[in-house]
Amino acid sequence: MTQVVDPYIAELEKQMPPAKQPIQAVSIILSKGSLDMVYPALILANGARMSGIEATIFCTFWGLDAITEKKVDHLHVATVGNPAFPVPTMLGGLPGMEALATAFMKKEIEKIEIPSVREMLQILRDSGAKIFACRMAMDMFNLKQTDLVPEVDGVLSVVDFFDLAAGSQILFI
Amino acid sequence: MPTQTYAGKQISLNSEGFLTNASDWTPGVAEEIAKETGIGPLNDKHWQVITFCREDAAREGQPPGVRRIAKLSGVEMKELYQLFPKGPGKLAARIAGLPKPQGCI
Repeated sequence: MTQVVDPYIAELEKQMPPAKQPIQAVSIILSKGSLDMVYPALILANGARMSGIEATIFCTFWGLDAITEKKVDHLHVATVGNPAFPVPTMLGGLPGMEALATAFMKKEIEKIEIPSVREMLQILRDSGAKIFACRMAMDMFNLKQTDLVPEVDGVLSVVDFFDLAAGSQILFI
Repeated sequence: MPTQTYAGKQISLNSEGFLTNASDWTPGVAEEIAKETGIGPLNDKHWQVITFCREDAAREGQPPGVRRIAKLSGVEMKELYQLFPKGPGKLAARIAGLPKPQGCI
C-alpha cells in the first residue's frame, strides 16, 4: 500500500529542525538569595559545564547575595512563604526558626558532599562558567564590584546580558 | 543496540556511546573513543584521569563525578576542563569504558 502524504505537510516537515538538538548554552537568571534557590542555579550551571554546555549566571535582586562577599557564607532557607516547607508558615516566622532550618539543611547538604556556595562558585569559575551581576540591582543595593566575590566576571546591564545570552536557553530562578 | 569497531574489535555501545560490556575496554579502545569525540591522541594527563576513573569505579562501584576526579586524581578542575573541553563529566567516563556518571557535582 502506498502512503499518501500531503505535499504541504511533507514540505513543512522538511523545514522543521531535527527533533533533538543538543543544548549548546544555558543562561541562568538568579533573582533569589535563599539557599533553596541559589543551589539549584549553581548546580544546574555546573551540570551544564560537566556536559560540555556553556553556562552563564546573571545575578539580580537578591540573587546578588549569592555573590556578595559579606553574604555568600550566610545564606538562609526560606521558612515563610514556602508552601513546601514542612512547618506551617505562622510557625516558620518564629524567632530562630530560619536559623534552625538553615542549620539542618546545611548539615544535610554536607552529608551528601555538596560543596558550600562559595566552593560551588570556585568550581564554576574553574569549569569555565561565567558569572555576572546585574548593574541596576547593584545600584539599587549600593554595591560595587569590589563588594562581590572574585569569581564574578563583571557587571552587566540587561541589554548586555541579552546580547551575551544570544542563542542560549534561558532559565529564570 | 549500536556496535562500533574500535581497535579492530566489534564493540557494543548504548545509545549514548558508552560501552555496554566493561570487559571490552582496552587502552586501544580508549584511544579510538577519544579520537571520535574530538579529544585526539591521549596524553599522560588524560591517562592519569582515565586510570583514576577506572580504579575509583572499581573501588566504589560507580564512576566518579567531576568534583571527585578533581579532588582525588591529582588533576585539578581547571585542567580537567582543558583536557576534556566537551564535558569531563561524561567524556572521561566514556573513554574509560565506564557507565555515564549519575552524580550532579
